[in-house]
Amino acid sequence: MMKTKNNSARTLLAGLVVIAVLAVLSVGAEAVANSASSLSIMLAVLKKATVYALLAVSMNLLNGFTGLFSLGQAGFMLVGAYTYAILTIPVAKRAGVYQYYDGGIVKFSIPEVFSGILGESVGSVVGMVITLVICGALAAFFGWLIGLPVLRLKSDYLAIATLGFAEIVRTFIQFEGFAPLTNGSNTLRQYTTFKHLYPYVIVVGLCILFLVLLVNSTYGRAFKAIRDDEIAAEAMGINLARHKMMSFVISSFFAGVGGGLMAMYMSSVQAKGFTSAMTYEILLMVVIGGIGSISGSIIASFLFIGCSEWWLRFLDDPANNIGGLKLLAPGFRMVVFSVFIMIVVLFFRRGLMGDKEFPDLFRRFKRQKKEAAGK
Amino acid sequence: MSENMLKIENVTMQFGGVVAVDNLNLEINQGEIVALIGPNGAGKTTAFNVVTGVYQPSNGAVWFEGEKIIENHPQGKMKKLYKGQHNGEYTHILAPTPDKVTKLGMARTFQNIRLWKSQTVFDNVLIAKHCRTTSNVFSAAFRLNHKEEAEQREQVEFLLETVGLADLKDELATSLPYGKQRRLEIARALAAEPKLLLLDEPAAGMNPQETDELTAFIGEIRDKFELTVFLIEHHMNLVMGISDRIYVLDFGKLIAEGTPAEIQNNKRVIDAYLGVAEDA
Repeated sequence: MMKTKNNSARTLLAGLVVIAVLAVLSVGAEAVANSASSLSIMLAVLKKATVYALLAVSMNLLNGFTGLFSLGQAGFMLVGAYTYAILTIPVAKRAGVYQYYDGGIVKFSIPEVFSGILGESVGSVVGMVITLVICGALAAFFGWLIGLPVLRLKSDYLAIATLGFAEIVRTFIQFEGFAPLTNGSNTLRQYTTFKHLYPYVIVVGLCILFLVLLVNSTYGRAFKAIRDDEIAAEAMGINLARHKMMSFVISSFFAGVGGGLMAMYMSSVQAKGFTSAMTYEILLMVVIGGIGSISGSIIASFLFIGCSEWWLRFLDDPANNIGGLKLLAPGFRMVVFSVFIMIVVLFFRRGLMGDKEFPDLFRRFKRQKKEAAGK
Repeated sequence: MSENMLKIENVTMQFGGVVAVDNLNLEINQGEIVALIGPNGAGKTTAFNVVTGVYQPSNGAVWFEGEKIIENHPQGKMKKLYKGQHNGEYTHILAPTPDKVTKLGMARTFQNIRLWKSQTVFDNVLIAKHCRTTSNVFSAAFRLNHKEEAEQREQVEFLLETVGLADLKDELATSLPYGKQRRLEIARALAAEPKLLLLDEPAAGMNPQETDELTAFIGEIRDKFELTVFLIEHHMNLVMGISDRIYVLDFGKLIAEGTPAEIQNNKRVIDAYLGVAEDA
């Protein structure tokens, strides 16, 4: 009976509780990280991994749940990141940031506008959150625009077309003609950001919760049907064009929000950095976590960022060389890291989680226990 | 009483220079079980694909419940290539996608089973209910549609009980034995709430016992869900035992129509199936 009941009301409640707990934990983690200078990197890793978790899950919605192999993630992130940066640079600092372009053409800052209405602290947070929504909306709009021609394509062709889109966005942003808006190829910096870890956790948590609910809803099931067999899905009354577009736009929305958060975490953005390598990094997380598993993507993004930025750092330090070996040198950690990834891919061919979710593991455990008791 | 359910009118389907279906005319009345038979490559599945919107016919029209749903005439390159009849009689273009046809009240099964492989038996049927969902994506995600969802789940339970798969509902669809996968595909088609059920070789690959069970089953669901059934089949036992009327297709052309008894004694049909003796 258990599976036939729709427990998304329970999922919603459980999700909110989990987010609240994680937010409290992140306050604790921040206190720990600030207590010793050797742990200060932990805070950066946690922030980055949190942002990547959202990006990986949003990519998984497309690649894992709808079966659309898209590589446009970096493009949508770039739209989100630039939207965020442009809209939140305080007016007083604009002249400095847009030094070659006469202070730019945007003459307001959304957090400041809201600070004026709601007071300094509340207003700026409200402003930042609203800006993140705008980031998502703009990315979603671009997703819709690109989706119109591109979603007729399948598999590799779709991947190439979306990859092309990401490159086009990057080039356009660096275009001199748009420079008063985008600052050309110069960096955007000094914009308002979340100071602590917990706002990242809450925003990302809420976004992922929505995606979990979506995947478990009737629309999520339709997405999975399209992934499993497009012809059967269409014959059973699922409008392919509409549902693919829906998935694409929703994924772009969260890629845009993730891009905005990424801008916050990096505290300065430059279009140059959003290369296709970034998309591959996220794709790698999706694959390592398990295509079609949201919890897999989240776990993988934390492990991935933790490994590549933190736990393997000691390998880069020549001082750690033992004896006469000159093996350890800057960059060596990436060699070890690549070996790790190969091992994971070899031994977990369907990713760490396959297409299972975290609660499924407990369910299976429970069932095994019950069966054992029955015998 | 016997209202017209489906009417295929002068449908020709030509792929390049090959005429797969040549001027097919066919009518199905409400509540009937009608079979379309013919040797391999006669164009039966092509005819199905035209009716369900997978292919756009080269020429002709399809009517459903007295309404024209599909119409086409030769265009572009086909204008020159067209070898069929009734050229120029049709001037409009009506080309609904398969999902729209399904929403009108036609659901089909496939010759080679096409279940959603990673989904459970229950979810396979539940997904087919999606086309009857009225809530939008946000109300669905935030469970504002819980009434509708609960209703759908209840209907799926009922359907699975009807087809005898209720105790297997949490199994993966692909882990079922072949005969049960066929049943599941029919259950899935029924979940889309069709008035006309199209079965493409439902007994393909079944043993005689399974075929007999299926024959009884098709009759049962026809009565229970007040369906009209249009089926393609090779198993003569099934076709003769269940059909009200039979259409016979050979090389894309209709060569005979009538009751099972009439078809069994039709010389052209026997020739098409067994071949003509050289000295005949």
